This record gives sequence, structure tokens and C-alpha cells, in this order.
Amino acid sequence: MDPINTLSGSIVAIPINDIDTDQIIPARFLKVTDKNGLGDACFADWRYESDGTPKPEFILNQPEYKDAAVLIAGHNFGCGSSREHAPWALMAAGFKAVISTDFADIFRNNALKNGLLPIIVDQETQQQLVSLAEEDPTTTVSVNLEDQTVTLPDGRQVEFPIDGFSKHCLLNGVDQLGYLQALETDIVHFEETHPASVNTSLFLG
Amino acid sequence: MVDVKSKTLFEKVWDNHIVKAQSGDSPAVLYIDLHLVHEVTSPQAFTMLRERGLSVRRPDKTIATMDHSTPTTPRNADGIIPVIDVQASRQLDVLTKNCEDFGVPLFALGTENQGIVHVIGPEQGLTQPGMTIVCGDSHTSTHGAFGALAFGIGTSEVGHVLATQCLLQNKPKTMAVRVNGALAEGVTAKDIILAVIAKIGVGGGTGHVFEYMGSAIRSLSMEGRMTICNMSIEGGARAGMVAPDETTFEYVAGRPLAPKGDGWEEALAHWRTLPSDEDAVFDAEVVLDANDLTPMITYGTNPGMGMKIVDRVPDPDQMKDVSERMALDKALTYMGLQPNESLLGKPVDVVFVGSCTNSRISDLREAAKVIEGRKVADGVRMMVVPGSQQVKAQAEAEGLADVFKAAGAEWREAGCSMCIAMNGDQLAPGQYAVSTSNRNFEGRQGKGGRTFLASPLTAVATAVNGVITDPRELMRQEVAL
Repeated sequence: MDPINTLSGSIVAIPINDIDTDQIIPARFLKVTDKNGLGDACFADWRYESDGTPKPEFILNQPEYKDAAVLIAGHNFGCGSSREHAPWALMAAGFKAVISTDFADIFRNNALKNGLLPIIVDQETQQQLVSLAEEDPTTTVSVNLEDQTVTLPDGRQVEFPIDGFSKHCLLNGVDQLGYLQALETDIVHFEETHPASVNTSLFLG
Repeated sequence: MVDVKSKTLFEKVWDNHIVKAQSGDSPAVLYIDLHLVHEVTSPQAFTMLRERGLSVRRPDKTIATMDHSTPTTPRNADGIIPVIDVQASRQLDVLTKNCEDFGVPLFALGTENQGIVHVIGPEQGLTQPGMTIVCGDSHTSTHGAFGALAFGIGTSEVGHVLATQCLLQNKPKTMAVRVNGALAEGVTAKDIILAVIAKIGVGGGTGHVFEYMGSAIRSLSMEGRMTICNMSIEGGARAGMVAPDETTFEYVAGRPLAPKGDGWEEALAHWRTLPSDEDAVFDAEVVLDANDLTPMITYGTNPGMGMKIVDRVPDPDQMKDVSERMALDKALTYMGLQPNESLLGKPVDVVFVGSCTNSRISDLREAAKVIEGRKVADGVRMMVVPGSQQVKAQAEAEGLADVFKAAGAEWREAGCSMCIAMNGDQLAPGQYAVSTSNRNFEGRQGKGGRTFLASPLTAVATAVNGVITDPRELMRQEVAL
């Protein structure tokens, strides 16, 4: 993964609470075997009629928001299924960050592993961003990961939390699998001292 | 005297699996005892292994099945379940090849052990107390019913576990979910968990692992406990656990991969140490009285929007919180429901009995008991989808399949089916379903479809009357058999 430190972009708001991953990408789009080309599937049922024509009233179909890179969402964004296709679809649709008052656990983990920043802000800031996005589609925010801040158009800086390890990995493009592989000695030691509870090889044909 | 800190069940299982402790900025490295794999969330992880020239570290701790995109339509004359959907077929072929290339055992479509990933684990004795279990599927929480720490992971993490058998994890908090009292006739484990989620909301458990406790949980069967743990994720918790007890041990004993002989005694001795210490401290607690519970049903578009089946749909105008009002308004518009409406007597198009929540043999037995001697109402499609081929075979041997068929229900092959609606089993736009599954999100059971979540008893009673029905009403009536 490429290192990330700063990003900026225009914002768009879908200020609905508890947006689940079935909305972010409906299950029928999960019959893929790679990660690519999921941009059109992002929010597909909110974006398109059954015959595939775009619903003009849905905000992501409005031309002034088509370049939005930061999604402002309601509380508990990404609840439901564990599908990593959700961050893949959001990123393929052009998003680099999602700002909300809270995220579902699995979605947040998945987003962090793909470089889609899940940014938690207080409710007042979230509401301010929703208003700004609705009033002026050209509104941009900038994010500084090192400082853990979002800068609003009025210059106000809002801090956001992120666990130190994820931050380090994102800033330096560290591969988490590589980190685990480097612990081979510890893993071997664990296995030697903890006998296996099951052996699935009994099921090998 | 040495001061030994009291621990919860979760803390004991967590501590037993630490390869490298959490410190400063580094999360804990947790060892995984069992990795369940299915066709939908694994292909990209296997691709990553190939790109890096890696192998599966412990194929002997890994098992794959086909469930999500598999058809549940009847077998053809050759005993084969044909896969017509080209994309699904390709996804299944990719899993077959990945399992062959990496030496991972696979329960392929149509074979005797195939089934929903969260049904086959317990069924085969793979799921045991005290284990860590993961799968690229949020309903992995199901396995917590055995006192295992089991949770859903993303595809990147599937790759991590395939390659290293380990995961990087920050330690979650704990929440005690206490359910005391006794369930009345017609009230089930499903109603308990729908009531818990209605109380705490779909984000109420974020960052926590639940431990379900109290006399009502203790008196449940293993399959009832699985139903409850299954839906922990619908309350926002990645995992839910129940302390193992005699009910657990009895269920595990004798299953194909259960420990045998001396190994069984050793395992039992370990498992008995797992329950939370009496004075263990939880970060949060929620309490429910089982005596107050009735059959539950959802009215909205997430599992937290649930109520007693005899209650009326809430009124957005009565909501104080603006965002809650907006969410309810949006949900009722999607569902085509009016505030203060009663759901009893509302016509439905489809009844679905199945999913990793309610497709086990005890679910089918309960459902069959209510529908025996009755008919599915005209104009209603009722599908019964067993959770695994083993459940299917058992239900056929016990005559349950005949009961469903005689009533006019469809008896299908095993899989996730209409719970996730990616295999062709789906609602048409606008249709209403009472479903024993776990999610009523917009479009979850088919684009434009509208889902009421309920227990198998409520589902069957609704199928019989063709309208949403309190199962206690039917259970009180005698049927001439």
C-alpha cells in the first residue's frame, strides 16, 4: 500500500445513521473474484432504478458532487456484513475518507487496511460538515494523518482518533502481513506450546 | 497471598491465544485455532498468497465450504445441483481450485457435509469451547455459543490468517448481557436476541464482546444459544459468547472432530475452567427479563427496529432525536408501513425459514410441529432451506421434510439462500417476507424486497394464515392429524 499522510477533497453528505454494507454494496455484486471495477456497484440500489437508469435525486448522481472524495455519513457507518468489498467499492467510486460520528468495527478495520480513512468527529462537527456539503458542493476539507486533524473551510482544525499501529502503517505504507510474517519465531513457539484443538485434514479427499 | 485477577470468559480465551502481547502502539497478535472459508470473501486473499508466493500455513486448521452463492434448487437426475449463474459458477470453481492448490479441505456443493459455514463448524465438532475462530463473515459470532471467541474478519485479514494463522487485534471491551427468567410458550431464543437488539440498537455493542448469561440463557439448547450469538453482530458486537456447561459438552461429545478418549477428559478439564469468574468485571451491562418477553418482529430496515409482535409500529413524530426520527421515517417509507399500525394481520408474500440464524434441526422441528396438519395459505410462497446437507438428511429421516412438503412449502438444498439473496433466491421488488434470517436491511433479500425478521414459530404461523400471526394463537389450537 502507498503511504498516506495528507489528503484533501470536496465533500458530499449522506447523513443517514446506520448505513449498512448491504447499501454500500449490495450482495449481488459480491460474486466477483477480484477487487476491481466495483465503483458502479457503490450504493447501487440508492443510485439506480431497476433498469439501471440513475435516480437523479440521489446525491451521488448530482453532477456537482461527482468529484467528491470525502463522504460525510451518519452514525455507525458500515454496520452489518464483513464484506471488504465495501471499502473497495467506496474507493473505486473516488472516496479517500469517510467522516462520521462512529463506525462499525469490521468496516473500520477493513477501511484502514485499504487506505480509506475512517475519521470520527464529534456530532457538532459532523453536522457542520453536512450543512457545508449541502450548501456548497465545492466545499473541501483537508486531512492530515500525522497530526490527526481535519481542517474545515473556516480554518478550524478538528482532531480525530486513530490507533497508533494503523496510523504508523498508513503513514509509512507498512504491510501488516509483512509485520506478522516477521513474527515467525513467536508463532512457532506458540504452536509448540499449544497443541491443536482440531485437525481438519481428516476431511481431505 | 498471590492476588489473581478475576477474568471474564472472553479474557481467558483471549489470554490463552496471545502470541505477542498488546503494547504501546502495537496491537496484540492473536493465534487462530480454526479458520472457516467460503467462496465469497476468500478469492482475493488466495490471489494475494499467489502474488507473494506464500502457502497456507495451517491447512489443517482451515476448512472451506460453499454456501453464499450456491443454488438451493433441487438436484437433477444425476444427483447434481446445477449452477446456472455464470458468475457464481466461476466463484465456486475458483474456491475449488484454491482449495486444491493450497491443500485446504473443502465441503463442495452437493457433497454430504456441505452447508452454511456457521452450521457445519458446530455440526462436525470443529467448534469447541475456548477456541479462537474466524471467518470472512460477520455471523462467525455464532460459534461463541460454545464459549469460543469467534468473529468476522475482512478479506485482508483472511489473507493474514491463511498465511500466518494469526491476526492483529486491539483488545475489545466486554459487555454482560443478562437474561434471567423463563421463556413462555411460543417465545424462543430468536425473540430474546431481537429484544436485546431492539433495546441497545444496532450500534449498541460496537467495540465490545458480549457475554450472554443468566438463567434464560442457561436453559437454552446449544442451537438456541447459537441463534443468539449469531446476531451479536446485529447489535454491533463482533463476538458474543456463552460460557460452556454440560449442555455444551453433551452437544460436542461424539461429533466427528470432537476430542476422543483421554483427549476428551483433558479437553473437558480445560473447558470447565473457562466460565467467567464470579467477581469478574465487565465494561458494560444490559439486563433483560425473559418473563416479560413475547414473540418479537421487526418493522424497519435494521435489526434494531424490532418490537413485540402485539405492539404497534412506532411513530416518528414521537422521536426526540432528529436523526432517529429521520431513520425511522425512511424505514417506514421503504417498508410501506404507517406509524401506529399493528403488523398482526398484515398480508405477506413469502415466508423464509433458513439462514445461519435458524436453519438447524431444532429450528426445523419447531417449525414442523406448528405446520403439521396445516397448509401454507394460498398466494404465499414458503421456502424451507436447511442449514447443511446433514441437517437436510436428518430432517428427511425424521419426516420433517414430508411435513413441510405436505403443507405446500418448498423443501430446498442447503445454503444461505434468501438470507443474502445472491444465489437467485430472492424477493421481487415490493414483496413482503417474514424471514427467520438475521438482516432486514433495504434490499437484503432482493432489491426492493421488504423483510420482517422473526422466529421460526412466527414465520410458520404467518405462512399458515397468510398474514402476520402471533404463533401463540396457532399453538393454542388443536389440529386433527
